Amino acid sequence: MTPKTEAELADAIASAKPPLRIIGGGTRPIGNPVAGEVLSTANLTGIELYEPGALTIVAKAGTPLADIEEALSKENQRLAFEPMDHRGLLGTKGTPTIGGVVAGNISGPRRVQAGACRDHMLGVRFVDGAGTVLKNGGRVMKNVTGYDLVKLLTGSYGTLGVMSEVSLKVLPKTDTQATVMLHGLDIPQAVKAMSAALGSPYEVSAAAHMPDMGHGAVTMLRVEGFEKSVAYRCDQLKNTLAEYGEITVEADPDKSANIWTASRDVAGFAKTDGDVWRISVKPTDGATLAAKLNTDKLFMDWGGGLIWAVVPKGTDLRARMNGTQGHATLIRADEATRAKLDVFHPELAPIAKISAGLRAKFDPKGILNPGLMA
Amino acid sequence: MEMPAPNTAVLSKKAKIVERLQSVLPKDAVIYDEAETRAYECDGLSAYRCPPLAAVLPSSTEEVSAVLKICHEEGVPVVPRGSGTSLAGGALPTADSIILGVARLNDVIETDYENRVIKVQTGRTNLSVTGAVEEEDFFYAPDPSSQLACAIAGNIAMNSGGAHCLKYGVTTNNLLGVTLVMMDGTITELGGAHLDAGGLDLLGLICGSEGQLGVVTEATLRILRKPEGARPVLMGFDDNEVAGACVADIIKAGVLPVAIEFMDRPCIEATEAFAGAGYPMCEALLIVEVEGSDAEIDEQLGLIMQIARKHNPVELRESKSAEESAKIWLGRKSAFGAMGQINDYMCLDGTIPVSSLPFVLKRISEMSKDYGLDVANVFHAGDGNMHPLILFDANKPGDLETCEALGADILRLCVEVGGCLTGEHGVGIEKRDLMVDQFAPDDLENQMAVKDVFDPTWLLNPSKVFPLASSESRRALAIAAE
Repeated sequence: MTPKTEAELADAIASAKPPLRIIGGGTRPIGNPVAGEVLSTANLTGIELYEPGALTIVAKAGTPLADIEEALSKENQRLAFEPMDHRGLLGTKGTPTIGGVVAGNISGPRRVQAGACRDHMLGVRFVDGAGTVLKNGGRVMKNVTGYDLVKLLTGSYGTLGVMSEVSLKVLPKTDTQATVMLHGLDIPQAVKAMSAALGSPYEVSAAAHMPDMGHGAVTMLRVEGFEKSVAYRCDQLKNTLAEYGEITVEADPDKSANIWTASRDVAGFAKTDGDVWRISVKPTDGATLAAKLNTDKLFMDWGGGLIWAVVPKGTDLRARMNGTQGHATLIRADEATRAKLDVFHPELAPIAKISAGLRAKFDPKGILNPGLMA
Repeated sequence: MEMPAPNTAVLSKKAKIVERLQSVLPKDAVIYDEAETRAYECDGLSAYRCPPLAAVLPSSTEEVSAVLKICHEEGVPVVPRGSGTSLAGGALPTADSIILGVARLNDVIETDYENRVIKVQTGRTNLSVTGAVEEEDFFYAPDPSSQLACAIAGNIAMNSGGAHCLKYGVTTNNLLGVTLVMMDGTITELGGAHLDAGGLDLLGLICGSEGQLGVVTEATLRILRKPEGARPVLMGFDDNEVAGACVADIIKAGVLPVAIEFMDRPCIEATEAFAGAGYPMCEALLIVEVEGSDAEIDEQLGLIMQIARKHNPVELRESKSAEESAKIWLGRKSAFGAMGQINDYMCLDGTIPVSSLPFVLKRISEMSKDYGLDVANVFHAGDGNMHPLILFDANKPGDLETCEALGADILRLCVEVGGCLTGEHGVGIEKRDLMVDQFAPDDLENQMAVKDVFDPTWLLNPSKVFPLASSESRRALAIAAE
């Protein structure tokens, strides 16, 4: 089913009997396997409203992300949370949609500075599992009217409702960027250096570390802004981090941008074999956890707080966290592995009870991506 | 504003309830004497008052849990309270309710500069969170005007903002984890020091739920390194439409100021008389602040002033020093105090799309004439969060009612132009009955169904947020269960 309007979407859900597998562009097949009839939002397209002076865009859920980014780019603006493109890593084809980005709360390296997708979400229209059209939030930047179901829907992977329209806060593009690079650090040193950089006044907008996988370890810090300011802050960072040894600066903005596109998409693991895990922990725990994961295929973003790891098929990497606070998500694995190992981190009992209770309220028939998250 | 009649069954067993609460709390943590409960009869919305059945001041998460368990068993409504600064009546008690104050939960549990987080008990005041990390040049970004007094618990309940959220976001964007006590006494954790709690974003749901889903006793907050410096520029315009256009041009130019504050003529006149900050007498005044090193600030202010000049300002005053900055901020920071000197006032909090600013200001001034009450406007222009201050005389019969009616009309106007009823103060009781203007019945039903999951018998802050008629059958469950 590919409804073209919100009303058609509501009808499709209201009259659905078997479970539905909800997809946008189908480029991010993340979650426990779901059997069901495909309901796609790909035909719900179009930018409804874009006010650059108000930093706001409203679009139907199936609008291609590329269309949004193009419209924003014309006004020198962007989605500051820098959503990852999963196609390379997951080997998928198709067109990423804004609804898919929101459904997965997909964010990139700038998460450490600008926040996640959920932090930029202003409003949502959606259809719940009973076929009722609902709305929450709106199109203004500050809004505490009623419960924040916008956050709840963001990252709910279509299990609470099918989004028909989303509104987002956008931000100005920065003039230029550069990347400060530290060479040859081991992981604990790298996390320390990234902490020092992120805890400095020099507004680092991304901090990632590529451990030594044959080409030498490199720790990368992105600085964005007006040209003189970027140069000044790169210099200050070099002074601040002098104790960490060799430091170079990639001052060419295009080359710097390429570094971060590759980091955002975890491009280094695109052609690898094995399962891909994504672990969110506090950065200093990331440093100790990295050693316990028993794999040399690691990439650390978010100052060390986000670990991407490639492990042999079927490995339960979560078990190696051994109580470390945080969560691990199995992003890439075959269906059998995803059915065996929970894709999403198991929740504490009281939280699991609340989550199940919310799903029962939003989706009383249990037809929206049933079992995808839990 | 109407409040529901108290549950007489609860009132009649006050002695038993107090005795049970005393069994789990220190003697001085249960306040039930009628003279003493008066201290909790209202919050910042002081036009409405009602002493609670009792007030409790637990000192630990376990004590909060024990209190909630008892109230759950006895069917007693619970009104959580931070510092009681809510302007929306979020902590207004009913006669049959227990006030659960978190004032004694005020410890810093952990400061962690490497991971840039602080963990605090939620009775701690907003400003003292920054106070705890200032020596290392860090700060906690959300800065509501009441930050000297307001508690983190209340900030989380209302998802509070502040003057600097254009750059740093509001509470929800700076909250990483909480310890949550549910109405039945269950203690649980959401999120932590890591980014993005896993699973459904319950943390995002709790933040801004006005104390209706659970009681937050501990919070992990993001702290940031202070910028090297900050300086504002002040600009005055003869026309608020032009000021609005200037704001849009600044934003479009790619500068992201840390704050853009707007004051209209009535507000300028009042604050000038009160604080003497040397503001120009004009229709609209903007204060735009940027951050960074001295050279970075110069560059950004240069660009901003270049944009401002295109709009023919009557005044353009760049701060070159900390003293000049303080002088520019002086009037803005004393705006509310200045209004209080002249009159009683009601502070509204609607948000509008920035593009509707000139239209909304024009309509407010027309409505102000129709109702015969003056309105002064001061607000966060970058994000469209307005704070119209309606001046009235509390001693004049009928004036409060007229003021409330005008306030309701202004908020409906905010919704009409695509905005919302409240940007940072919360719904509480103040905007409860206007929720039907912003939400369809299905939307409200959906939100109330969320409360059903967390608090099936509607004991937590039950008479807030939703119109009483909408929540009536659910609130009746508590009474029936009792």
